[in-house]
Amino acid sequence: MITELGHFALILAFLVSLVQMVVPLIGAHKRWSGWMAVAEPAATAQFMLVGASFAALTYAFVVSDFSLNLVYLNSHSDKPMLYKISGVWGNHEGSMLLWVLILALFGAMAAWFGSNIPPTLRARVLAVQSSVSAAFYAFILFTSNPFDRLAVAPINGQDLNPLLQDPGLAFHPPFLYLGYVGLSICFSFAVAALIEGRVDAAWGRWVRPWTLAAWVFLTIGIALGSWWAYYELGWGGFWFWDPVENASFMPWLFAAALLHSSIVVEKREALKSWTILLAILAFGFSLIGTFIVRSGLLTSVHAFANDPVRGQFILYILLFFTGGALTLFAARANAMEAKGVFGTVSRESALVANNILLAVSSFVVFVGTMWPFVAEMLWDRKLSVGPPFFNMAFTPFMVVLGLLLPVGAMMSWKRGKFDRVLRSLTPAFALAIALMGLVWAMQTGRSLMGPIGVFLGTWLVAGAITDLISRTGQSRDLRRLFRLPRSDWGKAVAHSGFGVTMLGIAGLLAWQQEDIRVAQIGEPFTVGAFELVLNDVRRVQGPNYISTMGDVSVLRDGEEIALLNPEKRNYPVAQMPTTEAAIDYRFLRDIYVVIGDAQANGGWVMRTYIKPLTNWIWAGSILMALGGVLSLSDRRYRIAAGARKTATPVQQGVPAE
Amino acid sequence: MKGIWSTVVACILTLALAFPVQAVQPDEVLDDPALESRARDISAGLRCLVCQNESIDESNASLARDLRLLVRERLVVGDTNEEVVDFIVDRYGEFVLLKPTTGGWNWLLWATGPALFLIALGVGAGYLRRRSPDNLADDRLNADEQKRLEELMQDDARG
Repeated sequence: MITELGHFALILAFLVSLVQMVVPLIGAHKRWSGWMAVAEPAATAQFMLVGASFAALTYAFVVSDFSLNLVYLNSHSDKPMLYKISGVWGNHEGSMLLWVLILALFGAMAAWFGSNIPPTLRARVLAVQSSVSAAFYAFILFTSNPFDRLAVAPINGQDLNPLLQDPGLAFHPPFLYLGYVGLSICFSFAVAALIEGRVDAAWGRWVRPWTLAAWVFLTIGIALGSWWAYYELGWGGFWFWDPVENASFMPWLFAAALLHSSIVVEKREALKSWTILLAILAFGFSLIGTFIVRSGLLTSVHAFANDPVRGQFILYILLFFTGGALTLFAARANAMEAKGVFGTVSRESALVANNILLAVSSFVVFVGTMWPFVAEMLWDRKLSVGPPFFNMAFTPFMVVLGLLLPVGAMMSWKRGKFDRVLRSLTPAFALAIALMGLVWAMQTGRSLMGPIGVFLGTWLVAGAITDLISRTGQSRDLRRLFRLPRSDWGKAVAHSGFGVTMLGIAGLLAWQQEDIRVAQIGEPFTVGAFELVLNDVRRVQGPNYISTMGDVSVLRDGEEIALLNPEKRNYPVAQMPTTEAAIDYRFLRDIYVVIGDAQANGGWVMRTYIKPLTNWIWAGSILMALGGVLSLSDRRYRIAAGARKTATPVQQGVPAE
Repeated sequence: MKGIWSTVVACILTLALAFPVQAVQPDEVLDDPALESRARDISAGLRCLVCQNESIDESNASLARDLRLLVRERLVVGDTNEEVVDFIVDRYGEFVLLKPTTGGWNWLLWATGPALFLIALGVGAGYLRRRSPDNLADDRLNADEQKRLEELMQDDARG
């Protein structure tokens, strides 16, 4: 009964979205305020209806209602409650429902917090947003209905893929979707502005918080996924350049570019048409990502739902929205006249450079991801494009970005002075060079990766600190730091996060140590500066798996510093084994232990890695996200809504710095 | 397309049926550390054919193990790295190469980044020049406007 209500609510949401898509658009065109006003309650209603539908599906998973095909395929009564709930989005149909739920949520939020936006623009934004929703409701209802019943309910389910039964992965998709789908609002704003034919500073200010929020969620989602890969896949890689990882990385890069170019729109009323284009591309690449994951076009670890019909449907959605928006862009972009004038050496130019690097690197990832498909279609060549290509073709852009960032971030608007910025950055530069020399001297081997990474990381962090201190003005009164706008702090924190992530990546790639051996129980062995002993191997019964668990002591200078329990699990229902690495997380290095098979002549295969600075990869990601949150909480976004009501509907108003 | 589908099916089968051995096993490791490190370098660039997107160095599949052993066999016989890779490519096709060659149209793939970057730099530089104050004559008054301004000022002065 609840299931049918959920199904019905979803159909109703589809109908509401059709109304919200058409009525406000006509209203905005004819200036009928009554028709425009439909958008707001409709957005709220849509959100409530999809929410109810999602709740109904969650309920079916929680009570293990195996008469639902989806629950039967992806759940089991013995599964822990957390994974019963996360199982709702651990499959194609359910994850699409989560996708439209978030789409409706963002639409509703734009309605709730959009009181300061001129009514025609708001009506258009909500209508465009609703058209995206409508396409996805149709997709779910016609090709991937999560509410399909089975004629005869089986006794028990087939269990969720054990790799997905993990807390890290339980929260990875929701964050990723919040990011992907959050970009839909930027897309709606861009298309609405194109219909409206006007982009001004105020538009930049409205779009920026949404971009920031989407980018923050994407950052967290990608970091969670990468952390999961690190501890779950058994050898401690954090990024594989897998098509699906790339699918989330491309929108992230575009969102980062959009984030920066919308600052230029907001403060200087320049780069307008480019920013509109970026907003379209950012969401376009989210859709491409969805297409890649769900069409089975490219082979990937993540791909679920390899159904050509679904793939085609998403391809049509992708072509309609991206193609339509780009056509509209081609027709209207010329109407957007830039106002700001600035010198070649200026913050504006630095942000243009940022945009070039981010956009081009994202296109490189795109071409690399699609190339195997293109080569097979056009020349019947079956080839692979893997990590070695991306490392060579993508990394240089990030190195250049890292080099330029601290300089660009301190450049003043309109007309900057190169020598002055360079002079104030001299201490940061000297520190970075010194640390680079130090690690160069300390490391064995001649790899340049470590020293370059250390240089860039230090340069970015020290540069961000220099920038913050310079904001206190001539007085150098550090108490003023706490009175700086939060967006200044956000900028510094996010930029240093980028540096910290670079340090982590360089540390891991350059100085990792590895040891593979057959370990006899009770016999100590040495890896780097540590001594390890496999004390015992036990069989442990888990809730829905059987585990082979090792007890490993890690000693340093004869003293035990950690007790690790690497596991090999077997999930009998899903008939799938997983490895659970045991990791001793420390500030400067991780010790990563994996247990393998028992050997015929006694002992167990053991793999031990010492991974320097690895945590920094995710610490940096958290800092980047935190920087975004700080910027988002800046005063000018918080007061904008209230202050705007008293003033006349403002069209521009470059904010005072 | 068909090739991709059969790969997917093969992968699901390997995942479901074979109890995997894990990546590089102790018994595979060569005694000579220099040779072993070369073997690892080569393996990291070769794709596991039955897996989705893993190198044979990372993969648990038994085919990956066979390939790892084959790489080491060739190295022990005295092949150079290139010879080993060529040997594997001859047998399994260029699909095994994680780093695509530059042959055929692949140069386009490799040139994409640098070429796009140069184009973007050109467009960006053009944009910056147009926005720079020296070139924005539009902002200054033209002769007519100047004349009109002077008239207005004079009107004003006359009061």
